[in-house]
Amino acid sequence: MKMNWMTRLAFALLPIIASLAITALLITLVGSDPRAVFERVFEGAFRNSTAFAGVVNFWIPLVLCSMGLVVTFTAGLWNIGVEGQMMVGAIFASWGAQFLALPAPLQVGAEIALAMAGGAVWASLAGLLKVRLGVHEIFGGVALNALANVWAIYLISGPWQPPEGGSAQATRPFPPDAVLPSISNAFPVSLLGLIIAFLAVVGVALALRGTRWGLQLKATGKNPRSALLLGVPTTQSALTALIVCGVLAGAAGSYRALFTYTSLRPLLTGGIGFLGLLVVLLVGVRAIWTPLVAFAFAVVLGGSTRLRVALQLDQSLAGVLQSTVVLMVLLANGLRRRLSARRSVEAPQPTQTAVDFKQEQTAHE
Amino acid sequence: MDIELRHIHKRFGAVHANNDISAVFHSGQIVGILGENGAGKSTLMKILAGFQPPDSGVILLDGAPAAYGSPEAALSAGIGMLQQDPLDIGAFTVIENFIYGSHLTRREAYRALSAQTERLGFDIDPDALVSTLSIGQRQQLEIVRLLALGVKTLILDEPTTGISTEQKTLLFDALRLLAKRDGMSVLLVSHKLEDVIALCDRAVVLRSGCLVGELDAPLTTADLVQLMFGGELIQQKRKHPGTGDVVAALEGVTLRSRRMTVEPFTLRIRASEVIGLAGLDNSGQELALRACAGLVKPAAGRVMVLGEDMTGKPYRAFMQKGVWFSAAGRLEEGLIAGLTLTEHVALVADSRPLLDWNAARALTEAKLAQYQVRGQPESLVETLSGGNQQRLLMGLLPEKPVLLALEQPTRGLDVDSSQWIWTQLLDRCDVGTAILFTSPDLDELVAHSDRLLVAFAGRITEVPDAASVTIDQLGRMIGGAFQ
Repeated sequence: MKMNWMTRLAFALLPIIASLAITALLITLVGSDPRAVFERVFEGAFRNSTAFAGVVNFWIPLVLCSMGLVVTFTAGLWNIGVEGQMMVGAIFASWGAQFLALPAPLQVGAEIALAMAGGAVWASLAGLLKVRLGVHEIFGGVALNALANVWAIYLISGPWQPPEGGSAQATRPFPPDAVLPSISNAFPVSLLGLIIAFLAVVGVALALRGTRWGLQLKATGKNPRSALLLGVPTTQSALTALIVCGVLAGAAGSYRALFTYTSLRPLLTGGIGFLGLLVVLLVGVRAIWTPLVAFAFAVVLGGSTRLRVALQLDQSLAGVLQSTVVLMVLLANGLRRRLSARRSVEAPQPTQTAVDFKQEQTAHE
Repeated sequence: MDIELRHIHKRFGAVHANNDISAVFHSGQIVGILGENGAGKSTLMKILAGFQPPDSGVILLDGAPAAYGSPEAALSAGIGMLQQDPLDIGAFTVIENFIYGSHLTRREAYRALSAQTERLGFDIDPDALVSTLSIGQRQQLEIVRLLALGVKTLILDEPTTGISTEQKTLLFDALRLLAKRDGMSVLLVSHKLEDVIALCDRAVVLRSGCLVGELDAPLTTADLVQLMFGGELIQQKRKHPGTGDVVAALEGVTLRSRRMTVEPFTLRIRASEVIGLAGLDNSGQELALRACAGLVKPAAGRVMVLGEDMTGKPYRAFMQKGVWFSAAGRLEEGLIAGLTLTEHVALVADSRPLLDWNAARALTEAKLAQYQVRGQPESLVETLSGGNQQRLLMGLLPEKPVLLALEQPTRGLDVDSSQWIWTQLLDRCDVGTAILFTSPDLDELVAHSDRLLVAFAGRITEVPDAASVTIDQLGRMIGGAFQ
């Protein structure tokens, strides 16, 4: 069943090379030069500190959602509702930004805490629907996503309408004291956001590796029936996993509202939650690799914003590349599984068990 | 259609499920295929019906060798099998289920269905959803569907489990008609002796994968039991009903599952007692066992543990009281594929919020040595052999539980491994643990139980004098024959 490191390396690199090749082919088909495209993307991401800040500002909410999703995937849950949890986080943060008036150092902290609570509430709704009423978290999540979006639109066009009128695309910009400050003008990234993202990565990795809670999540995710018989509180595991993910998604939402846009607007999540699902699928739910892969995604997305200007290509090309990578990785995993299954079948089964059987018997003598 | 099986072999790993089986089934006869759980009867019938190929051996249909690799091919050769859980589609109507596999138009199908049901005395509404039918009606649908496909040989796997007495009468009348008037071969897989005696012209008995005998009607319980269980007497080791305190009790409990109802019964379990629950599949003993651990909620009555009413509480509450359950399917219920041995040990070792992997590893190594598990602490649990998995499960149980509810504790283990497991279990009994267990193996039940209960068709009865019961007598009881 085990493969040597060469094969494993090949299986890791193959999908990336294949997806680059497919994307290059697509670019050639629409009449552009793939090399120029890849160069522009790289340039777009790294040409100066402002461009790089764009990448980091995308990475922070993405990595927050992804770490949350690592937790829910470990518990065997498909938390599609992560987008809605982000949105509700943004709504709660926006409420704080508009209506709370605390001393400066507390203000922003309180807003983020509110956002985390909002995300947690939204996630636990999906959780309660699942454990109490048997609604699958995917369906519950989709419904709650739609509700969160409608709620945001209602607020923007209703109670939180800016003075200009009801056709506005966003609330009035939040007061300067209520938003996250930049590190510098040349590198507009929030230090607090970076710190929270870093803590999320370390915290989730440690919690999954070194706590009973993490082990119980893993047991619940792999086999809830057995986990229950081994004394794991499986319902509680599922609920807490969702709540932790909600907290992190809420923080991600607050970053979008309090830093990226400094206002509440519809579709403010920008699909980052769904992208997080792809990131986590890609790394196979391993916490350590998540920030790196999230970073690669952020580079491609951040870098491709300049494609239109430079090459008259739509920036959705970035999405094409990402989706191809995910498909290729899933394909490679499937191939690998089939290959190792065939190998274990090729080994003559009866002889193997006969040996086991014998060993077992001698063990008793 | 005459069917002849010649030297059929089938192995699953180390298990020789069918060992050189040769038999002839004549048209116009109803033949009972008898045997304990795991005797190989279902395997043999699945080979005959094309669900799986034999490793070696030949099937002759009317004297000509038949080669078919699928149920579909078997059907066109005229052999159809009615599964224990009918293979129908609940969301479809009766007529839609009736049509699939056939080339009938809808109108022809209505006509064919009503002709068949009328002739056999069945009563099914063609437009009813299959999910609204009883199991008996679904069997009837499956039978007429197979007949419409031109089946000449009908195999039925445990058809009388979960159906009412009237439906059973109807089914038996229909089968007699098919065999006697239409000249079909009917093969009835069963472990209910009374059914086989009432219906069959002949019985073929399997034991541990071998064909051990054939009997012609008139069939008697004594002869069948003798063949099924071998009838040899084995040493009875422990026969002393407990005198300790009652640690757990089912008081006037009624249990319900989708398939059956267990009639109200009372069971009081005393410290240090070993109680065996005998019964054929789906007779109610599995439900009773699970009810003791809170895994099945009683429809009526009370579940008591250490004097406290635990009715309706979750399994975790039972665990905290010292009641542990262990299921027959080790990797389905018990162990967690994808987790290492150390992770399993860490999961149950204590309840501290932070894990100490070094300590967990050391503890795992100690347990592996103590319980003779051949495996590394970091191996994934699914890489262990069955015996090692069972020993690991034993190692995960607490040292002094109040009650162990064990479903087939030695399933799939060889004699030595089973013996070893029982030594461990009885050691725990000596310090006060009570054990309640089910087993398909009558030897095991008779050898280890202080008290015996027999489940038959949802009735649970205590064997009055467990100390002197023989395997023959127990075999008769689980087949429904009490003196």
